Amino acid sequence: MSDMNVDKSKRRFLIVASSAVGGVAAAGTVIPFVASMLPSARALAAGAPVEVDLSKVEPGMQLTVEWRGKPVWIVNRTKEMLDLLGKHDDRLVDPASDSTSQQPEYCKNPTRSIKPQYLIAVGICTHLGCSPTYRKEIGAADLGADWPGGFFCPCHGSRFDLAARVFNGSPAPTNLVIPPHKYLSETKVLIGEDAKA
Amino acid sequence: MDKLLAWVDARFPLTATYKAHLSEYFAPKNFNFWYYFGSLALLVLVIQILSGIFLTMHYKPDAELAFSSVEYIMRDVPWGWLIRYIHSTGASAFFLVVYLHMYRGLIYGSYRGPRELIWIFGVLIYLVLMGEAFFGYLLPWGQMSYWGAQVIVNLFSSVPFIGEDLSVWIRGDFVVSDATLNRFFAFHVIAFPLVLLGLVAVHLVALHEVGSNNPDGVEIKQNKDPVTHIPVDGIPFHPYYTVKDILGVVVFLIVFSAIVFFAPEMGGYFLEANNFIPADPLKTPPHIAPVWYFTPYYAVLRAIPPMFGSQFPGVAAMGVAVLIFFALPWLDKSPVKSIRYRGPKFKIALALFIVAFIGLGWLGIQPVTPLYTWMARILTAVYFGFFFLMPWYTKNDTHKPEPQRVTDK
Repeated sequence: MSDMNVDKSKRRFLIVASSAVGGVAAAGTVIPFVASMLPSARALAAGAPVEVDLSKVEPGMQLTVEWRGKPVWIVNRTKEMLDLLGKHDDRLVDPASDSTSQQPEYCKNPTRSIKPQYLIAVGICTHLGCSPTYRKEIGAADLGADWPGGFFCPCHGSRFDLAARVFNGSPAPTNLVIPPHKYLSETKVLIGEDAKA
Repeated sequence: MDKLLAWVDARFPLTATYKAHLSEYFAPKNFNFWYYFGSLALLVLVIQILSGIFLTMHYKPDAELAFSSVEYIMRDVPWGWLIRYIHSTGASAFFLVVYLHMYRGLIYGSYRGPRELIWIFGVLIYLVLMGEAFFGYLLPWGQMSYWGAQVIVNLFSSVPFIGEDLSVWIRGDFVVSDATLNRFFAFHVIAFPLVLLGLVAVHLVALHEVGSNNPDGVEIKQNKDPVTHIPVDGIPFHPYYTVKDILGVVVFLIVFSAIVFFAPEMGGYFLEANNFIPADPLKTPPHIAPVWYFTPYYAVLRAIPPMFGSQFPGVAAMGVAVLIFFALPWLDKSPVKSIRYRGPKFKIALALFIVAFIGLGWLGIQPVTPLYTWMARILTAVYFGFFFLMPWYTKNDTHKPEPQRVTDK
């Protein structure tokens, strides 16, 4: 066959077709490798709910438990703490908890809780995942005279009040997450499961 | 011996390669102090690979065992402390020489045509090096390792729409965990070093194709001897620059050894105090800061406030602060390359940039205060100004004429 009579369009078609099929096969091969990096079945199974006995949390004190590898805080808020909560709404990004992703529906209230006494929140800053520090002392020297008590993130300086709501001017964009939880009895709470579930 | 060499040369271009890259690779004769850092970066790469191989023999990439295996290396493995301190000091040394190497490119215009690809490969090396350092920093599984990784991986979760899934995919779990440690180990000891070696190879191939720039920023290949076709201002890399570089290596190793033996923690800047506490997923240390070589970008991240209910703008600014280096060859519109012939506008801009880079680096280590946040915002503006305003201030600058040949300053 002489070069003069080569059907170039046929060659081009074969090159494009075989490259496309080969490319699809190569892309398909990538899938198992990429998917292998997703959380394993074991990591998924580790998310079981955690039961906590609230009777050992003294008024004003904080308890940290682990749920899905994350710190979950339980703060026993005193009457004074709860009274202060409504007094700084103008300084909060989302005082009424309008961002629905940050708490279950039953915690969309001024104290962001089922029982106002107990704050139950995921202690991971919504900025970049550090765990803020519990700073209950009112008007702490390093946090300003108008500090009503709350949580301060040491990494980037985000501030949250005692209902885990973020203050204006913090790098964190949203309030801390309230995990799904339900009360099993007066002093026992199950973190990780809703009452309806 | 000659027969053996001829036998090899008939089968592999040994002599030809030696000539092309060493004995007959002609480099400008006016290299100065700043030209030590390329070869030193190569030396540190070798140090890191060798010390890393020996650390891998004793280290265990398991969340239960990692921290204690590092202490085991430090206390029980014969000379393990030395190998580990060489590796940890080497990480900081790597960034130090790479920053000085990049600064050399900046002042002498080494990124300008025809060396744009050398520069791009170099910036890629810098990016891979940052990843390599980040993955390696998680391995000791101390508090700083853990929370540093937590913060950096969470940067990805701020990407709109896919962010949350992306960060879970990177971690292999919902928080930094054993799965994360295990894969970071794989990236650190095999994936990224392979990419790094490949990039170093193409960086050098591109360099030897176009030839080195020099402190005068003039092309020595434009002035060749009519008979030999050798650049009149070029000298063979070997023996002239191999000997020069050996001096640099000796001085570098003296300083390096002094740090390894007398100040391996460098007052908390090379090895942070909090990293001697095992990782605790429930408790963030009161003050966390990245290792010194990341702090300029960390300060940029913290300087940008959240917008539209998302911290993505800060993350994007940090990304742009790193990636902007790629654009440098096309931002610079000056007719001259070297700072020796540039006008005052570029010199002032460069001085401000150095102040911004070092200032941001310092701020990135400090705790957050309103004053520091504002300082970081101003310096971030200066940092970006250096790049984004470059097309204007380099075009309208007063420059001196470049010489025909390299000078003997």
